[in-house]
Amino acid sequence: MSNKIIELKGLTKNFDDQQVLKGIDLNIYENEFLTLLGPSGCGKTTILRIIAGFEEPSNGELLFNGIDISKVPPYKREINTVFQKYALFPFLNVHDNVAFGLNLKKVDKSVIDQKVSRMLKLVGLEGFEKRDVTLLSGGQQQRVAIARALINEPKVLLLDEPLGALDAKLRKEMQFELKKIQKEVGITFIFVTHDQEEALSMSDTVVVMNNGIIQQIGSPVDIYNEPENRFVADFIGDSNIIEGNMIRDCLVCFDGIEFECVDKGFKENEEVEVVLRPEDIDIVEPDKSKLKGTVASIVFKGVHYEIIVRTARRDYKIHTTDYHEVGKDVGLSFTDEDIHVMYKMEN
Amino acid sequence: MKQFKNLVRPYIIWSFVLIVVPLFLIVLYSVTTGGNSLVNIQFTGENFKKIFEPVYMNVFIRSFKLGLITTVLCLVIGYLLAYFISRFSEKAQNILILAVTIPMWINMLLRTYAWISLLSDNGIINSLLTLLGLDPVSMMYTDFSVIVGLTCDLLPFMVIPIHTSLAKMDHSLIEAAYDLGANPFKTFWRVVFKLSIPGVVNGTIMVFLLSISSFVIPKLLGGGQYVLIGNLIEEQFISVGDWNFGSAISLLLAVAILIMIRIMKKIDPDENGGA
Ligand SMILES: Nc1ncnc2c1ncn2[C@@H]1O[C@H](COP(=O)(O)OP(=O)(O)OP(=O)(O)O)[C@@H](O)[C@H]1O
Ligand SMILES: [Mg+2]
Repeated sequence: MSNKIIELKGLTKNFDDQQVLKGIDLNIYENEFLTLLGPSGCGKTTILRIIAGFEEPSNGELLFNGIDISKVPPYKREINTVFQKYALFPFLNVHDNVAFGLNLKKVDKSVIDQKVSRMLKLVGLEGFEKRDVTLLSGGQQQRVAIARALINEPKVLLLDEPLGALDAKLRKEMQFELKKIQKEVGITFIFVTHDQEEALSMSDTVVVMNNGIIQQIGSPVDIYNEPENRFVADFIGDSNIIEGNMIRDCLVCFDGIEFECVDKGFKENEEVEVVLRPEDIDIVEPDKSKLKGTVASIVFKGVHYEIIVRTARRDYKIHTTDYHEVGKDVGLSFTDEDIHVMYKMEN
Repeated sequence: MKQFKNLVRPYIIWSFVLIVVPLFLIVLYSVTTGGNSLVNIQFTGENFKKIFEPVYMNVFIRSFKLGLITTVLCLVIGYLLAYFISRFSEKAQNILILAVTIPMWINMLLRTYAWISLLSDNGIINSLLTLLGLDPVSMMYTDFSVIVGLTCDLLPFMVIPIHTSLAKMDHSLIEAAYDLGANPFKTFWRVVFKLSIPGVVNGTIMVFLLSISSFVIPKLLGGGQYVLIGNLIEEQFISVGDWNFGSAISLLLAVAILIMIRIMKKIDPDENGGA
């Protein structure tokens, strides 16, 4: 990719005696749509607040274009934030909210008016200049907040769960629009969410976090298909996680059965964990598979059925569009590529 | 719900007797002659005309001037104090606000006498000045002593509403201002102060109202010759016995205050629907 714009090096943050960030190393590039994804309390907001300048890191470096900015106050950083609850100024109308940053810079009034209407057009609020922000809907306030941040032409835009307060349909719309806006303005977006679907569908890069530690950095496809550990596999999508051991390169054993796979680089007989995505498993006749069981339950989920197949060692979750009666004897089939072998987590 | 409505009735009757009837009487007195004997009343505009005689007009002007100075002083000191308090942790804020209100628990006469012992010619301040080898200053029975007394007395009425509006302020708005490039000074004027206007308006109205109608402090700290509206009204009712003139003054003062409140409320963005 292009140039690094932000680098976090060994960043830690302590609140009182609690370590909230435990050594974050992360490179963020120009034009990148990067998402911080993780469960509540894992430190996503804290990272964002450090980048914005509202918190100082306890240790480590925060570089912006190669220069350490951890002591630079927020109003001197070329970074803007879209706050989780929008934080629009209730005493200003839409136009004056959006113009806030430019008014501070004493930009010419006609230039401001022009830029404001262009920004409002970009976020789909043409002609809303005179409206009272407190009377706008959540989605509209959201757009005002985005326009207010983008008008300052920041190099980086930070968004802390900006879609959290919207209903499902509006959320989908805004996801699409945010992505569109990011492409149009061509700047780096750092986006925080705990919704894995949102992260996967919008981002160039996903950073999965847990407990103040980065678990994996990668493209959405990599994160989904090649989770590095049990946490990532579990957090991203549904999965069957099975303990096993690597007999040698490209041969893994689990549930007492040996399977060919495509993973290499593990020690011989190393204990590993295997991920099988529910949608990668096919249900076949029992005699066509090494792994046999009976259908324990079937639930209709809208697009597909979720079927639980009970085998000798464990239950497997399978997503399929075919119907299988409960109690039926079946076999489970998957290809070598469907088996994802991961390092076993310590605990 | 019905039975609750019935329970409210006695209160409505009582408030009618205690608030509406006296108010009505004041209005009646102000446009009649003959004191409180309601038998042979005569309507007249003389009472109001009398107020505009220079002697009484001067009292009005002096009171408004004093009220204005006291209010401005309370506003400046009270805002700084409220802002300072709002920077502490929630627990410390509660204690500090309590400390601000402590003087209000003490009888007003006692508080005023404390001022006398501080300010009088051989009081504490002057003793200290003499000790330091400086000339003593005469402070009692001047504008200064009245203003100091009123300002200190009324300060809590300014601090509390301002502190309330500062404390309930959404902190993310301040961060948003920083984020958009406003330094701390600009953030204060463009965001913090704007958001505290409701508190400023309420505090200003309250302090102005109380200072303009006060009479104990001006009497004790200003001495006998120091007449303000409050003293004038008190005098008319208690020593002169002209209830009609006293009522007219009270009514005019009430109307003047009402007009001031209307003007102040115009400044409050919340009261105008934020437009
Ligand atoms: N100012 C603070 N003082 C003390 N602890 C804090 C402070 N801010 C955050 N924390 C703690 O740091 C941890 C991480 O918080 P953070 O807000 O970064 O989580 P998050 O990943 O954004 O979670 P969420 O998805 O719920 O927003 C939490 O345990 C939180 O309680
Ligand atoms: Mg958060």
